[in-house]
Amino acid sequence: MTLDPSVYHDLLLSLLPELVLTGWALVLLLFVAWRHKTVRDLRVAGWLTLLALVSTAIATWWLWWNRAGVQGLVTMIAADDFRWVANWVFLGAAALTVLISFAYLEREQLLAPEYYVLLVFATLGMMVMAAGADLMVIFLGLELMSVAVYVLAGFDRRRARSAEAALKYFLLGAFASGFLLYGIALVYGATGTTNLGLIGTQVSVMSKPSVMLLAGLALLIVGFAFKIAAVPFHMWAPDVYDGSPTPVTAFMATGVKAAAFAALFRVMNQAFAHVPASQDILWWLAVVTMIGGNLFALSQRSLKRMLAYSSVAHAGYLLVAVTAGGAAGTSAFLVYVIAYTLMSLGAFAALTAKGRGGESDVLIDDLAGLAGQRPWLAFALAVCILSLLGFPGTAGFIGKWYILIAATSAGQNTLAAILVLTSVVSAGYYLPVIMAMYMKPEPIEAAHVDVRLDRWGRAAVAAVVVGLLLFGVWPNRLFDLARSAGDSVQPAATTAAAPTVKGPLEGVKGH
Amino acid sequence: MYARWVLTALLAWPLLAGLMVLLLPARLAKYVALAASLIEFAISVPLWWTFVPSGGMQFVADQNWIAAWGIHFTVGVDGISLFLVLLTTFLMPLSILGSWSNITEREGGFYALLLVLTTGMIGVFVALDLFLFYVMWEVMLIPMYFIIGVWGGDNRLYAAIKFFIYTMFGSLLMLVAILVLYLHAGRATGVYSFSYAHLLSQVGQLGPVAWWLFAAFFLAFAIKVPMFPLHTWLPDAHVEAPTAGSVILAGILLKMGTYGFLRFALPFFPAVALNQNVQLVIVVLSLIGIIYGGLVAMVQPDFKKLIAYSSVAHLGFVMLGIWALTLQSVQGALLIMINHGISTGALFFLVGMIYERRHSRLIEAYGGIARVVPLFAAILTIVSLSSIALPGTNGFVGEFLVLLGSFRTYPIATALATTGVIVAAAYLLTALQRVIYNPLTDSENEKLRDLTLREIAVLVPLLACILWVGIYPKPFLRRMEPAARTLIEQMRPGAATTAGQP
Repeated sequence: MTLDPSVYHDLLLSLLPELVLTGWALVLLLFVAWRHKTVRDLRVAGWLTLLALVSTAIATWWLWWNRAGVQGLVTMIAADDFRWVANWVFLGAAALTVLISFAYLEREQLLAPEYYVLLVFATLGMMVMAAGADLMVIFLGLELMSVAVYVLAGFDRRRARSAEAALKYFLLGAFASGFLLYGIALVYGATGTTNLGLIGTQVSVMSKPSVMLLAGLALLIVGFAFKIAAVPFHMWAPDVYDGSPTPVTAFMATGVKAAAFAALFRVMNQAFAHVPASQDILWWLAVVTMIGGNLFALSQRSLKRMLAYSSVAHAGYLLVAVTAGGAAGTSAFLVYVIAYTLMSLGAFAALTAKGRGGESDVLIDDLAGLAGQRPWLAFALAVCILSLLGFPGTAGFIGKWYILIAATSAGQNTLAAILVLTSVVSAGYYLPVIMAMYMKPEPIEAAHVDVRLDRWGRAAVAAVVVGLLLFGVWPNRLFDLARSAGDSVQPAATTAAAPTVKGPLEGVKGH
Repeated sequence: MYARWVLTALLAWPLLAGLMVLLLPARLAKYVALAASLIEFAISVPLWWTFVPSGGMQFVADQNWIAAWGIHFTVGVDGISLFLVLLTTFLMPLSILGSWSNITEREGGFYALLLVLTTGMIGVFVALDLFLFYVMWEVMLIPMYFIIGVWGGDNRLYAAIKFFIYTMFGSLLMLVAILVLYLHAGRATGVYSFSYAHLLSQVGQLGPVAWWLFAAFFLAFAIKVPMFPLHTWLPDAHVEAPTAGSVILAGILLKMGTYGFLRFALPFFPAVALNQNVQLVIVVLSLIGIIYGGLVAMVQPDFKKLIAYSSVAHLGFVMLGIWALTLQSVQGALLIMINHGISTGALFFLVGMIYERRHSRLIEAYGGIARVVPLFAAILTIVSLSSIALPGTNGFVGEFLVLLGSFRTYPIATALATTGVIVAAAYLLTALQRVIYNPLTDSENEKLRDLTLREIAVLVPLLACILWVGIYPKPFLRRMEPAARTLIEQMRPGAATTAGQP
């Protein structure tokens, strides 16, 4: 199905998932305007949200199934497999967040169904970001997402830490948006367009990128690096992750990060693939983020903060995939984003079972002896942790392996070596979680009696564990999907003169 | 039929059985686990007869796994891995039987992990696809980590994390090296595959990058062996692990390192491995391992630590034999790998048994117990003598072959290594004397019980092997020879034909 965006009907069709979700968001908004008092209203809003997410996923699936594509070069909206897969990641992260939010909101007395409305709008913003083939669209999506998430971060308004998190996130986020916007303006000044494809064409015919373009690029990267929490723009992340309600943290660490990455990926791959400086900046960003994230995480004793820093480290791994670029880099990026979303959400979901009042005071050692009392929960958390560590048999390993293949095939052997060495460092903070759960005795009798997940939380965790193990052993279908998505986001065709690194996954024949 | 499925069955059965053990009530765990491991052994035994001594891979099974990367599930054995597989299946039932009385908590988990570990270990030895090999190499890490960390001694957490991080550090760099090999072979031929044979056929044109790749493989395997400066995880892990853990660690896990050299590091990078400087470094490190390991063992007050350091020395001989690359030395190295599994395994069992009775591993806590526990003393003596390499025991055959074979390649180093045999006699005989002879001074030792029937059942098969290999090693050597010859031929074309049978 080829869509022509100059035709009104086709334009709407290419925006179908976004329109569906917007419709649902309005329905939800109406609903919570009428009913927002009781626990029951909250639950209904949650179910409506799930329905919204599922129907949007189906709309996305429909476009994917019909191989929707956009005709012509100058479009503001991309319609490619990359966007569909990214949409599924966002929707999946949002759905899992809803599942763990049911019990959490009731337990923490956050009885405001607006929570779900904000969640839906944030998801919508993410989808717009992944769809944007124009810097303006990406910026719109980013703002839509960010504003909703600022509010979500401060949703537990009776707790000072939550308010602090929201304020900090808002102030720094506003700065980052400013940087991004300034970057867009400078790029526009240098190339005369905000369309990614056109920028790519312009850049490829430039003999030497102008200073204005480079400055714009640098500011763009700063803006995105803030959202993905790459070192040295990560300072906000631990405090904000720590202060926000845990389901929101899970959503921020997965969905928000994935969206910012998707946009960054598209911008780098389609607009700036032929600016050598962008490679260098990303290379350094990846190295510093991997080393910094892992070293900072090493000294954390609070589980939530440790996971926050570990998400910084994982941003570094994802940056390796972005730096590698090419079809293999894109596929590796998608596979890792999917794996990371699952394992990170699973870990945060398990944390909601243990903690009370925001969970920021749950130390890693507080999990001591959990395996004896809650064997299934401990097992699930152990699987998530091992996957975060990149252990074979889990999706985290497959993702890491894919990134390593992409990096080595792009000639980035040093980057690959740094990735594995920092992974060894990460064992230093992941293993203590497993050690505490399995190898230490309970500190006091019945220390874990009130550790429990409700049935939806359990369903979310179980889905995560099954997904991690399944993709860890049998990733074939995931690869097919990631590969076709990877092929769809390539630099503009006019730049074919530049040598592209042949990925290892093209023309693979069975031995 | 058997040839096609045996290796797959050997890999799948312990996993299945491990799951079964977890699901059944904990009090049944040890019986089910023992039965499962005996079945596993029974499946593996016909390998001994059906194996045809020739240079190639046998019992090969090949199944497409992850097509996008050209990853296959490919397994097979040759004269090098055959014995390691059999050693694994042979030691597992003994380890399980040997743990019956000392594992009293969370039995289900313990035995399930032992069974999963079996899959991992056999997987490492039979994998002919480097992805599969890497997965198995890492998979066995987790059960061992838990076995040390949950059921270990007082300092178990430290030992477990040290073991894990050391191994992971080496193996992750190996992972990058495997990927570089894979891309190199893929670019050269257009076929992207992790198959061992495919990669092996393309390593000739690597150029200088071969040095880096060799270094990465070397690090991974040298940590596992362990070679001299990288050995520090071993005493900690051995001492803190429960008996079964120590037995498997020494008996099988250490062999993964030397196996890795034989299977991957040497055939993949012959030019680097045979470089004068590399040879010098490895021979010197092996010598340091042999002599330093022995000297450190001599001053250990803790019997278990003494055995741990003796492992460093034994594996030094193996490394020397491998690098000397004569038919005798390679066969000898293979034989020491098996012997060390049997003798050191038996020593760890014996120390574990006496520890259960007296709750001390210190040598000075004992003395003169031969009068109290004569059977224990007799078996400890025989096993110690085999570890010292007394003629007539298995240890002698292996070490003699290594020394004989290595003398042609490295005369000076071999002469120095011979002193290692004397050092071994010094530390083990002294320890033996202090434990079972000498006057019986401590009254607590007068009440020791002698070996029970179960414990005898654990030790007798090991004793039988000690004598069998010691007196009639021919069946072993015959099955090893073609594989050893192939290896030497790969490394030094033309050298194998001139070397005769001893």
